Amino acid sequence: MSEGHDEILEELVGLAADGLDELAAVDDLGDLGAAASRFLGKHSRLSQLKAGLRDVAAEHRATVGEALNLARTQIESAVEDRRAELGEVATRTRLDAERLDLTEELGRDRHGHLHVITQTWEQLEDVFVGMGFTVADGPEVETDWFNFEALNLPPSHPARSLWDTLYLDPDGLAGVGEEQLLLRTHTSPVQIRTMLDAVRTGGGPPIHVVCPGRVYRRDTADATHLPVFHQIEMLVVDRDVSMADLAGTIEAFTKAYFGGDLTSRLRPSYFPFTEPSAEVDISQPDGSWLEVGGCGMVHPNVLRACGLDPEEWSGFAFGFGIDRLAKIRHGVEDLRDFVTNDIRFLEQL
Amino acid sequence: MRLARSWLAEFTPLELAADELSDLLSDLGLEVEEVTTVGDVPSEVVVARVLEVRPHPDADRIRLVDVDPGDGSPLQVCCGANNMAAGDLVALAPVGTVMPDGLEIASRRMRGQVSDGMLCSERELGLGDGHEGILVLDGPATPGSPLVDVLGVRPDVVVEVDVLPNRPDALSVLGVARDVAARLGTPFDVDGGPSVVLDGPLEGASVALDAPDLCGRFATCVLDDVRVGPSPAWLAARLEAAGMRPINVVVDVTNYVMLELGQPSHAFDLALVPDGHLGVRRARAGERLVTLDGVERTLDLADAVVVDRDDRVLALAGVMGGAETEISGTTTSVLLEVAWWDPPTVAATSARLGLHSEASLRFKRGVDTGIGRRAMDRVAELLVEHAGASVRPGVAEVTGDLPVPATIPLRPERVARTLGRAFPTDEVRSLLEPMGFGVVGDDELVVSVPTWRPDCTVEVDLVEEVGRMYGLSRLPRTLPRITQRGRLTEAQVRRRAIRRTLVGAGLSEAMPLPFLAPGDLERCELPVTGLLLANPLVAEESVLRPSLLPGLVAAVAYNATHRSTEVRLFEIGRVFEVGEGVLTDVGDSSRAGRVLAGERERLGVVLGGRHAGSAVRLLEAVLEAVGIVGPTLVNEPLPGLHPGRSARVRVRDDRTGSLVDVGSVGEIHPVVLERHGIAEAVAWLDLDLSVLLALEVAARRARSVSRYPSADVDLAFVVDDAVPAETVRATVRETGAPLVTSVRLFDVFRSDALGPGRRSLAYTVRFQAPDRTLTDPEVAEVRQRIIEAVESIDGATLRS
Repeated sequence: MSEGHDEILEELVGLAADGLDELAAVDDLGDLGAAASRFLGKHSRLSQLKAGLRDVAAEHRATVGEALNLARTQIESAVEDRRAELGEVATRTRLDAERLDLTEELGRDRHGHLHVITQTWEQLEDVFVGMGFTVADGPEVETDWFNFEALNLPPSHPARSLWDTLYLDPDGLAGVGEEQLLLRTHTSPVQIRTMLDAVRTGGGPPIHVVCPGRVYRRDTADATHLPVFHQIEMLVVDRDVSMADLAGTIEAFTKAYFGGDLTSRLRPSYFPFTEPSAEVDISQPDGSWLEVGGCGMVHPNVLRACGLDPEEWSGFAFGFGIDRLAKIRHGVEDLRDFVTNDIRFLEQL
Repeated sequence: MRLARSWLAEFTPLELAADELSDLLSDLGLEVEEVTTVGDVPSEVVVARVLEVRPHPDADRIRLVDVDPGDGSPLQVCCGANNMAAGDLVALAPVGTVMPDGLEIASRRMRGQVSDGMLCSERELGLGDGHEGILVLDGPATPGSPLVDVLGVRPDVVVEVDVLPNRPDALSVLGVARDVAARLGTPFDVDGGPSVVLDGPLEGASVALDAPDLCGRFATCVLDDVRVGPSPAWLAARLEAAGMRPINVVVDVTNYVMLELGQPSHAFDLALVPDGHLGVRRARAGERLVTLDGVERTLDLADAVVVDRDDRVLALAGVMGGAETEISGTTTSVLLEVAWWDPPTVAATSARLGLHSEASLRFKRGVDTGIGRRAMDRVAELLVEHAGASVRPGVAEVTGDLPVPATIPLRPERVARTLGRAFPTDEVRSLLEPMGFGVVGDDELVVSVPTWRPDCTVEVDLVEEVGRMYGLSRLPRTLPRITQRGRLTEAQVRRRAIRRTLVGAGLSEAMPLPFLAPGDLERCELPVTGLLLANPLVAEESVLRPSLLPGLVAAVAYNATHRSTEVRLFEIGRVFEVGEGVLTDVGDSSRAGRVLAGERERLGVVLGGRHAGSAVRLLEAVLEAVGIVGPTLVNEPLPGLHPGRSARVRVRDDRTGSLVDVGSVGEIHPVVLERHGIAEAVAWLDLDLSVLLALEVAARRARSVSRYPSADVDLAFVVDDAVPAETVRATVRETGAPLVTSVRLFDVFRSDALGPGRRSLAYTVRFQAPDRTLTDPEVAEVRQRIIEAVESIDGATLRS
């Protein structure tokens, strides 16, 4: 190589300028690689010049070497800058292409819903569990003894007519003995079973239990009646529990379930299995009273039927309809909607 | 029972507004169903004379009526009724009148004709709804005079009280007034009884009692010279307000006294009763009587009847009189019967015949045993006053088994313990005595129950009365001490977890009625079991379901008819079956049996538009939610399901280590779907929660996951259809243990090349060691063992 170092220095300046210009014009990452190797690769002019460095006069070699490095560094950093710019553009383009309208997804899937009666049932259970109660259940096919007789409703009792009872056809029911089988008309037989169990297992009271469950009446389904519905009953048996305790417990329940601003009141009533008996009303935000259920002190005859001495033990009970609460809370106009299983109804609640 | 405030006020001074009276009665346990204001005629309404009635030129149903409102300037009024004629006196609401329903009368045009006011009906005036058309006055009146003055009506409040079964005394004005007076502390019944007092022997009538167990007292008296005509307006109005139809003065007076005092009585036409003799006996089976309502009734040994001298049945005791001896326009002498009938006897007769009257209602609840003579005197008094009757002195009376009111010891300590508030003896006395209870003693009280409270027989009845009269809402409110901690049981928690899992998977909860129609089970290809109801309301609801399947399939069908397809539903509910030992645990010795055999709680799932595989995957999710991993499926045809797409579900009981049946999974039988008009496949899952929720399930143990690399190997085997995929998978897993950490089936295919009855099952098998990176030779060695093990299954080969 016989070029003078001045020419070399001049060419290097031109090379760098060309490189920068050309790189700035590249707009594709693939082309950028090709351009980079054209300027920086083994066969590039820059590499040739570097190889010819040893022919440069010794006194200029450092100057030319420096200029060589400068040109390479300039081009290299231009490649990197351009690579970053093009990468950014590519990412932006891809993101643009992937744009979605997420509102398209709304309302496409069908979601599962608990039946509103179950929702209400579980809320009630939770409130009572929070108050210290446990939850019990019992059979829906009952005997006359559990459903009526043990509840101070002997066969001749006129109040039996208050319950339109569905009885089972005795044909083909082996092993039942003399017991008349029926579909329980209330959840109260679970109270009897709970008390008998407590006595039989030797522990005896205290008992603090709620019994939610399905009950039956011989009734035609219409907007306000169903032959099958659900109740929940609370039972407390202990030494010296009183009507005042009952009123206080109902008030606590009212605040916990309906809300702290509402209150409860008791009105005298009649049920064969409790005495004194009362209707329970809950105040409404509009100032009216909503009748929710019945309550009372467990009748001495009921305690006796379960083997508990009424002089030693006393108890109270409070029961009401789950369906009715659900109906009121959710503005259900026709109770039959609860059993029709129309998905258009079920998915609303 | 409907009663007027003005009537109550005849027994105790009463100055309560309608809502105050309503609240007071409710607080006494006399629940008020409805309060209505009657007789509140607007003062602007005047009497007007009809001058002319003309047709409306453009409306057939409207008449133009010219009336004279008394001021000499006639008005034209349009009227929809046509029961008036020129000269009639009618009620006119002039323009500006506000009617009881809030409507303000304005001058307006009807089809082009002016109407300056409204001619009113009784209903529009709040006077009742007895008559059609507008009110036309009977007597003379001056046009222009206020209607309220002409009719002499005063506003009154009628309350409808829902009388509880234990309060027969409250089925009378007297009884309700007694409670009200006791609560308010006002004087009660100060006038005492009626002015007529019948006593001594009776001429021309006699009584006999052959069934003292059915009749506690039977008494008659005679009223002569009776003019049977309509009742005076005030009396008829009170009956109507109470919901009873006026008939004639004699019948009306007996009804009036029944409402007032609670004692029903029955009037016979004396001329139709030979010798005026009445007897009481038990009916004979098959005896017949045509009752007042014109229906022939067949009697029974359990009924009590009133008979004449010749043993002919005249009346059904306590329920209804006979048509033959009914009071008529020609009656001049009335034979009045006042009796006390045995409540269960009347209840049974009334129920058997489906014949419920105001009288039977009172007798079956228990009439005051001490009110009979007063009621008789009161009827006599009213008939003297309003029917011109003359009293024949004397009473024919015979008594049977009349219950004696109880005398009950009452411990104030017991009152305090039950009510949760101390009641000093003086306070107990002051609460009970105004209701008629006699209270003696200072510490231990002895209470004598009045004749009108047969419901009070034991101490707690009196405790209730103390609480009721004091006011239950005034009792303190305390909380009992609860020593236990509230919690849900394991089974209850698991039931909730199952529900949440299903809802999370997109299913909604259904609640079909648990009744089936005969034939529903056959339609679903299910065995015909289930308990039958003895007295179903309709045949469609006469079978208690033995399976959740028919109800859920019907729900899918119902939704399909409403164009909702691919509906996915679940239900948790009881099913019932006839079975060996049904209810045997309910003997006298052990009434506390928890569950009646034959009744089980089950989960049912239907997945519309899905195949069996979806149900299997859902099954795994449900079981995992309650801590059970890896159910065993046994492919086999099951009732109601597609025979080639159904399997029995088994899970391991960690207590015994054995497998237990917990249900079935698959697809509803296409024939069943077709019968229900369902056009899509429906996947099915059924689990016996009675078993599943009670299973002992050990808490799952955590295993730390390996931090070393894993290696995947794909293996495909060609296997006979008879070999369950699960067998292949289990073989791979067991042979590869412990290095094989997962075996996932990723492809199943059949082809001609594979041959009929065979399919290829392709698995991704993942290898991983907990403590090192596996080497290729290690993996290859295990892979080879796996292939050999699978190929040892009959007909299975590695697909190369």
